[in-house]
Parts: sequence; C-alpha cells; structure tokens
Amino acid sequence: MSDNLILTANIDGADDFYADLLAAHEGLSPEASAALNARLLLVLANHIGDRTVLAEAIAAAARKAK
Amino acid sequence: MSKIFETPLYPYTRHPDQDAATPARHKVIVIGAGPIGLAAAIDLANQGVEVLVLDDNDKVSFGSRAICFAKRQLEILDRIGSADPFVERGVEWDVGKVFFDEREVYKFDLLAEEGHRRPAFINLQQYHFENFLVDRVRELQSQGAPIEIRGQNKVEAIGQHDDHVTLEVETPEGSYTIEADWLIACDGANSPTRRMLGLDFVGRVFEDNFLIADVIMEADFPTERWFWFDPPFNKGQSALLHKQPDNVWRIDLQLGWDIDKEEEKKPENVIPRLKAMLGEDVKFDLEWVSIYTFQCRRMEKFRHGRTLFAGDAAHQVSPFGARGANSGMQDTDNLVWKLKLVMDGKAPESLLDSYSSERVYGADENITNSTRSTDFITPKSDMSRLLRDAVLDLAEDFEFARPLVNSGRLSVPCTYDGSSLNSADALAGPDISRPGSPCPDAPLPDGFLLDLLGDKLTLLTIDADGPESFEEDGIEVKRLALSVRDDPTLALQRRYLGSAASGVYLIRPDQHVAARRETFDEPLFRAAVRRATGKE
Ligand SMILES: Cc1cc2nc3c(=O)[nH]c(=O)nc-3n(C[C@H](O)[C@H](O)[C@H](O)COP(=O)(O)OP(=O)(O)OC[C@H]3O[C@@H](n4cnc5c(N)ncnc54)[C@H](O)[C@@H]3O)c2cc1C
Repeated sequence: MSDNLILTANIDGADDFYADLLAAHEGLSPEASAALNARLLLVLANHIGDRTVLAEAIAAAARKAK
Repeated sequence: MSKIFETPLYPYTRHPDQDAATPARHKVIVIGAGPIGLAAAIDLANQGVEVLVLDDNDKVSFGSRAICFAKRQLEILDRIGSADPFVERGVEWDVGKVFFDEREVYKFDLLAEEGHRRPAFINLQQYHFENFLVDRVRELQSQGAPIEIRGQNKVEAIGQHDDHVTLEVETPEGSYTIEADWLIACDGANSPTRRMLGLDFVGRVFEDNFLIADVIMEADFPTERWFWFDPPFNKGQSALLHKQPDNVWRIDLQLGWDIDKEEEKKPENVIPRLKAMLGEDVKFDLEWVSIYTFQCRRMEKFRHGRTLFAGDAAHQVSPFGARGANSGMQDTDNLVWKLKLVMDGKAPESLLDSYSSERVYGADENITNSTRSTDFITPKSDMSRLLRDAVLDLAEDFEFARPLVNSGRLSVPCTYDGSSLNSADALAGPDISRPGSPCPDAPLPDGFLLDLLGDKLTLLTIDADGPESFEEDGIEVKRLALSVRDDPTLALQRRYLGSAASGVYLIRPDQHVAARRETFDEPLFRAAVRRATGKE
C-alpha cells in the first residue's frame, strides 16, 4: 500500500516533538487551533512535495475516517 | 449617443429563400451569431465553403459577459483574419493582486514569455469582440466570399436526416423552411437545438450568486486584476475588479445563495456596495448589472449525425479562468478544417467524431479547472474554508503557498494527448510541442511562425530534408523549411528541438502538432497524414 510513505517511527525525540505541537496550540481558541493545524498541514505537505507520498499520507490518515 | 450594443448590426431583410417553392439547400448553416458562431462561419468562408448564419436577434451580445481573451484565441483570430483590431482596442494586462480581508497578500506577474506575437491576455468587452467579427464578415462579403448573416431568424424546429438537416425558421414576416448539408449549433448555453433534439446537458450547478457590474468611471486604479477573498466591503464573500477599454471596469461581487435577486439588482442596493468597494468619493455610472449563478456541464458528445455543437451550446463553465468563449473558439478551430475535408470527400465522416472526442477532452479540462477555482472561491464546507483561509494566510508570508491560491486558472489551450489523430512521438524534443499540442509561436526573420503556418496541413522541417510538397490520398501537404541559423532568439530551437539536432513536424490546419520525428521518413509521414485525417 504505502511504498513511499514512512509509517514506522521516524522522529527523533518523539515526546519532545509532541510537546512542541501541544505548546503551539496552548491558549488558542478551537477556531485558532484548527487554523494552526491547517497551516501546519500545508507547510508539511509542501516540504514533502512528492505527490505519491502525499497521496499515501492522505490515504493513511483517511483509514480512521467514517 | 447610440451604443454599439443598441445598434442593429444585421437587421432583418426578406430573403428569396422565404418565397422558394422548395426549401433552399445550403452547404452549412450556423445557428447563433455569438462569438463562436461568427468564428465558425468566418473560418468556413475563408476556406470557400458557403455558409449561412441565423440569429434570433440582430445585435451584439447584451449585458456583462466575456472580457478576458487569451493568447490562443488571438492567434486563432490571426488565422481567420487579423487580431489587430482586437488587440489595438483591448487593454493588455499581466499583473494581478490577491487581497485577503484587509491585506494585500501577494502580487503576481503573468510574466508572458517573450517571442510570441500576441500577449497572454487582453481585456475587451464581448460586444466589441463580436462587432469586430461582424466587420470581418463584411470584409469577406466585399471580397465575394459566400457568407451571410440573417438577423431575426429564429430556428423553431429541426429535422435530422442521413444527409442533411431541415430547419423551420421564424421571422417577423412569418416562417419558412430551409435545408443544410451540415448544421453547426452555436446557440448558447440554453441551446434550443439541444432541446429540440432531446439531448442531455448534465453537470453541476454552483449554489452561489454573483453580482456582475460594468461601471464607467474615471479612476486611477492600475490595469491589473484585483481579487479579494473575504474583503471588509463584502464580508465572507469574494470580489473582483478588472479594467476594460473605454474606462469601463468589471466588478464581480459574490452574494451567496439565499438572496432576493430582484432586490439585489436595484441601483439603491448596488450603488452602496460599489461605493464601499471603490471609495465614497469615486464617481461612476452603471453600464450593466446582472446576477448570475454558474454551472459546469457539457454534452456527452458534440456530434449528432449532421449536427455539430460548439461553444456554450456544447459546454458551460463558470467564468473564473475566462474559459468560456476562449474554449468555444478552440472548438471551431478544431472543427472547421475537418468539416471542409469531409465535405470535399477527402476524409471519412468519422473524422468529425474526433472533433467530438478532442473537444470533449478540452471541455473536461476546462470544467475541472473552473470547478476547482469555484470550490476555492466558494468553499463548500467549514473545513474547505479553513484550508482555503490557511492557504491565503500562508501566501502572505511564504512563496510556496501562492500556487495554491486559486482565483481562476486562466485559459490555456489544451493538448490533445491520446487523440486518435496523433502519431506516436518520435522526437526527443520539448514537451510543449509533443503531438497534440497547439504550436507555440516563435519570432523568425520573416515574421512569426504561426503566421507562416497559416491554415493548411504543413510539413515543418527544421534543419532537415523533406519534399517541397506531397499528396497523400487527395490531401496536400506543403513544406515550411526553417533553420536554427535563422532563429535569432533561439525560440524555435527551444520550443521545437530541445536537444535534438533536427526536427520534422506534421502540423494540422488548426496548428496542432500531429506527428514529429528527427528526420523525414516518407512512409511514416504518409501514414501520419492518413492518421491525422481519420483514415487509420
Ligand atoms: C459574467 C460572465 C463573464 C464571462 N467572462 C468570460 C471571459 O472573460 N472570457 C471568456 O472567454 N468567456 C467568458 N464568458 C463566457 C462567454 O460569454 C461565453 O462562453 C460566450 O458568449 C459563448 O459564445 P457562444 O457563441 O457559444 O454563445 P452565445 O454568445 O450565447 O451566442 C448564442 C447566440 O445564439 C442565438 N440563438 C439562440 N437561440 C437561437 C435560435 N433558436 N435561433 C437563432 N439564434 C439563436 C443567440 O441570439 C445568440 O446570439 C463569460 C460569461 C459570463 C456570463
């Protein structure tokens, strides 16, 4: 399925990353948080760039969607 | 002062056909004298084909319609006459600005590539556009070309037969019957022809209303395309400001779905909206105000026996991207040379099915692009709005997000990839001139390449040998021999050779590439001619 997308642990210091993510949302209203997530998503998507990887990422995330 | 859109251009006069004992038979009848019907008729008359245009009206287009005309359309105008009057009258532009809320988020330059005869875009009112086409019809008539327009001739009924079509035409003096070997229906988005033949027209309606106003004002806004997302003067909606000739400005204001159209159109409601946008002290007059909803849809096939559909009758798009009239002219560009070969018995009727398949492909590309623009401009859900706003916010700070901003992907002609008329690509040349592509222009010592190509099947040789002309099964091909030694800007080399040392191109009468390889190989090029004319 996902030949190009990395789906094994790949972040050094996973807990630190997760804390950074939460910190960025600290004190934001639900709307502002949602907007931050949307911007973050676009920044990351651009960094990846590769359309195959992006398509696999969308599919991986969509697995839990109803 | 009487305006051009109020003056009858082809007033009704009685024609002997109306008193004929048996219905007169014409070679080609075009229904509709809009931009597409007129372009079709001019193209046919240029080829010496007798053509009659019927229109239920006698004036140019009424109301705010097309303003933005793309380079390919100007090139087609050059092929069927001259784009000079259009370009001289029109305004050229290449800068656009995008605003979000109260901020200018970025500015773009279309950065039109050098070395093309025509600019990327001009803005010109549709009524001027049609008026210049009627001028061209008059010019052809004065040269004795077999072309005629009959105003106030409304087609009321159509009968389809194996080898002709019968029309019932209503005039101020009663109705009459005429026949045509071929019928081209260019009768617009509500095409009565489509309805009379019981044909489908499926697609998607966008649940939104746009107030489209043309205002006349002395203002020093620059000649740029300004697009606002969620501006303070139209909260939660979008707006567009674009310049036309004669101090006329096009304004689009998105209104949303639940509105009272008649109320919104009243000057007492329109004027405050425009003042909020333009500034309290700007003086302006309203030329037109209309409210539109937009749709994206197309017919399943553009050919039905002896009836061919073109322009809005065959497909409709939302106007963001200026793909309506632009793509309609690509229809007739594609159709007319094929029809001429079929009428002359030089190609099988099935060549006309390639008109349908190629232009359906083009219509789908246009529909995809306009649908995406409309979805960006009018987000359909909370999440699509959130993402859209995120793109706009990022675009202000970071270049990467700007290509995601979609306020209209401006019309470019389509490449007929996969068309049955193409021969397999046999040149390691540039992508932009692969088989199916519209030929890119290039400046040469004796003028521009597209002018030299004209409207005949051409064997273009670049630093390669080839016969001065050859004939394949009744089809004549003439050579245009060029060399990169006469290519001061290297545009020819860049656009047609790339890293190849030489190139031989077979170019269709509509200036699309049919085949290419490094050198001339007679059997292969003969096969390519047969393929390009629907014989293989
Ligand atoms: C707000 C707006 C903005 C637009 N902006 C652009 C733009 O910037 N660039 C662009 O390329 N396109 C634009 N378009 C689209 C463009 O206006 C159309 O694509 C174009 O007019 C289509 O031309 P047509 O000849 O196919 O049809 P039409 O222009 O609709 O002409 C059809 C003709 O058929 C005649 N007719 C109808 N029924 C009959 C009958 N029974 N008998 C005889 N005659 C009949 C009509 O009188 C009419 O003259 C815009 C449209 C709108 C609404």
